[in-house]
Amino acid sequence: MNGKPVLRVDRLVAGYEPGLPIVNGASLTLRAGEIVAILGPNGAGKSTLIKAIAGLVATPSGQIWLNGTDLRPLPAHKRTALGLGFVPQTENVFTRLSILDNLKLAAGILPAAGRAAAIDDVLSLFPDLAARPALLAGRLSGGQRQMLAVARALVVKPRILMLDEPSAGLSPRLVLEVFAQLGRIRAQGITILLVEQNVKAALALADRGIVLVGGRERHEGRSADLLGDPGLGALFLGGDAVRETGS
Amino acid sequence: MSEAILSYGSFFLTTALAYAILCLGLNLQWGKTGLFNVGVAGFVGVGAYVSAILTTPWSSAHLGGFGLFWPLGWLAGAAATALMSLLVGALTLRLRQDYLAITTFGFAVAIQLVLLNLQPLTGGPFGIGFIPRPFESLADRPLLFGLGNLAIVATLVLVLYLALQNLSRSPWGRVLRAIREDETAALALGKNAARYRLQAFALGGGLMGLGGAIQAHFTGFIAPNNYLPNLTFQVWTMLIIGGSGSNRGAILGALFVWALWAATGGAITAFVPAELQARASALQIAAIGLGLCLVLLLRPGGLFGLRRHAARG
Amino acid sequence: MSLQFLADGLLAGLLIGLGAIGVTLTYAMLRFANFAHGEMMSFGAYVAWSASFLLSALAGTAWPAMGPFSITAAVLLGGLAAMILTAGLALLLDRLLFRHLAGRGEAITLVIASFGASMALRSLIEFAFSSSPLYFSSDLQIAVRLGMGIRVTPDQLALIGLTLCLLLAIHLLVTRTQAGRAMRAVAENPTLAAVVGLDVRRVVGLTWVMGGALAAAAGTMAGILVQIRPNMGFDFLLPLFSAAILGGIGSIPGAILGGIVIGLAEAACVQFVGAEWRAAVAFLILVLLLLLRPRGFFGEAA
Repeated sequence: MNGKPVLRVDRLVAGYEPGLPIVNGASLTLRAGEIVAILGPNGAGKSTLIKAIAGLVATPSGQIWLNGTDLRPLPAHKRTALGLGFVPQTENVFTRLSILDNLKLAAGILPAAGRAAAIDDVLSLFPDLAARPALLAGRLSGGQRQMLAVARALVVKPRILMLDEPSAGLSPRLVLEVFAQLGRIRAQGITILLVEQNVKAALALADRGIVLVGGRERHEGRSADLLGDPGLGALFLGGDAVRETGS
Repeated sequence: MSEAILSYGSFFLTTALAYAILCLGLNLQWGKTGLFNVGVAGFVGVGAYVSAILTTPWSSAHLGGFGLFWPLGWLAGAAATALMSLLVGALTLRLRQDYLAITTFGFAVAIQLVLLNLQPLTGGPFGIGFIPRPFESLADRPLLFGLGNLAIVATLVLVLYLALQNLSRSPWGRVLRAIREDETAALALGKNAARYRLQAFALGGGLMGLGGAIQAHFTGFIAPNNYLPNLTFQVWTMLIIGGSGSNRGAILGALFVWALWAATGGAITAFVPAELQARASALQIAAIGLGLCLVLLLRPGGLFGLRRHAARG
Repeated sequence: MSLQFLADGLLAGLLIGLGAIGVTLTYAMLRFANFAHGEMMSFGAYVAWSASFLLSALAGTAWPAMGPFSITAAVLLGGLAAMILTAGLALLLDRLLFRHLAGRGEAITLVIASFGASMALRSLIEFAFSSSPLYFSSDLQIAVRLGMGIRVTPDQLALIGLTLCLLLAIHLLVTRTQAGRAMRAVAENPTLAAVVGLDVRRVVGLTWVMGGALAAAAGTMAGILVQIRPNMGFDFLLPLFSAAILGGIGSIPGAILGGIVIGLAEAACVQFVGAEWRAAVAFLILVLLLLLRPRGFFGEAA
């Protein structure tokens, strides 16, 4: 938990229309090697925050530092090249491309010589995908797509992997599988930031949780502390979370 | 002022105001509702031909002989075009916007072919002549004839303008605006957006048909060549330059662009040798196409600045 | 019954398909129907004609025909020049016009602008070359009988061969190269493409280059087959759109198949109904399509 800070977001404002900020002055710091979960009720701006960091939502003010580089003026593809990996919640693979082509596409930002090895490395983590590389991604199930999307982000060996609700739409068994995979990815030294509705699963994996309300962080703490705090669910996490933590 | 200038002036204004009616129709569809119609010429042609067929004396060259009084022809032209618009709209309005663009474009192509090929109905490439003109009896007194015509069109434009202004301030108009600005909001209001759109599209089409009928009855003669994509382009240019979304802009745009068009056309006839005139006219269209692009790039709200924001899709 | 329409329709359909590739890709990427695409075909045809005319003038004599074909090496070189210059024109349109308007997030304004650009280009071509038609060659071609009542000229065969070569090249480009994968990716989902690290603007530029070059090739071939007129591209526009929608927006094989369907239907109409109704065929197919299956027949449902 005492790694160097790799990502620092400072008083970030982000939104889809001018004058209507959804993220409103959020700040957070991510240290090397940790897993942080962003939690909060619906409409708190969790997804918007992560998309703003990825460069998909306009950020009228604030700062996003990745290892000393200010990302805010950079378009999304340059942020990816600097080591920021992002897995969107939906439409996160190219359905008209094969599994292998999805990976080759992502590997395109690596030097030509290293691409094949990078793809092999990633495929070794995902035997399901490695078994049939020529299959169109559009034919994959929801869980397999999620895996492919993660694999695609990992091909370029990002410093940080950000995931938007990786458990959404997956069966409990698949959720366990995806989260176990995330644990193995962290073991390789990749820092992970994830947005989750599934508070219990997220905090079981994460080192820390950040609770976002009204587009700004309201509470921050170690996962165990957050899970053990009975008032927190009612206060910040909304109905869904109460049900989750109470189950 | 001499009588010749006055009668030319009234002729010019009459033509320009007939265009203004087309622009008002397009503004209702695009400016007010965000519906993209690239087949304006087809709709204008339907109105013109329906009215011409219903009002002309009998002829062996085309369907006719109904000899209706011209205002009835105009009404029928407008109604028939509104009906056509309803059909085209019903087909495409539930789909993406640019499908409407492509379909209306195809509609205009198809109408053009029908006008050209269904000779027993439309007179084929030779078109329809002897279309009754309002104040025909005054035809030998150009000034009175011209002023009479101008009075009719000017009154119509004024009435339409006031009606459309009222309509856009009515609850109906407010719903249209809501649909245009934000479809989800409109749906959340519980309004059936598709129905409102269809109504606006049909009404706008009806106006184009009316404008087409009026044009036909002032020139007294129509042919398929009057309804080429150039016409669509002219009307669009008028609306964009005038400032889409504003009825006043639609009328001013029609007057302004038609004045430019007539002036450059006159200059070409006067100064360009006969053998180069076709090329010079091509350059005239190219310049207006370029002008349209420049206005879109530099002044998306139109030249007259009646609206601060660009029309949104 | 003569099956002539199969031969005529196949070639016309392949040309429509070539043109529709650019339409379907830019449509998918920029979310707008480009009404100026037809003019890229005309522009290409005129460039090819001018270049081959210049080459003949430089040589001081007409270039010899190659075998039974009317197509000379000068025409082929002209076609190549046309592809390059039209790719440049497409890039220029993107830089000067479409990119700025796309930046404002009003996709439909792009359609109006492309409509204006189409008019301006067509009129400029007419200004430069007048509206009287031009021909690559005045030679008469003797048709070969293929049986079943089908007759084809050597030129038709040569053009079918050329088109198939071009399609093979595109297929390889799109499926085997990083650039091709990038184009397919941006056509499917531009946002995800940026997340994956693609410079979407560059990929869009590349697509304009490819679309423009293919339009020029199609225009040149249509010019060889029939004649060159300022309106030729505009008359192709509706078939191009119909083919793109028929094949499913964003799908290259779909555009080709859609083009072949439209080409065959048009040729059948000319043979069995009458040439004067040809231009309505694409519209009828479009209407049927919108009624029955608006997502396209060949594309996967999104």
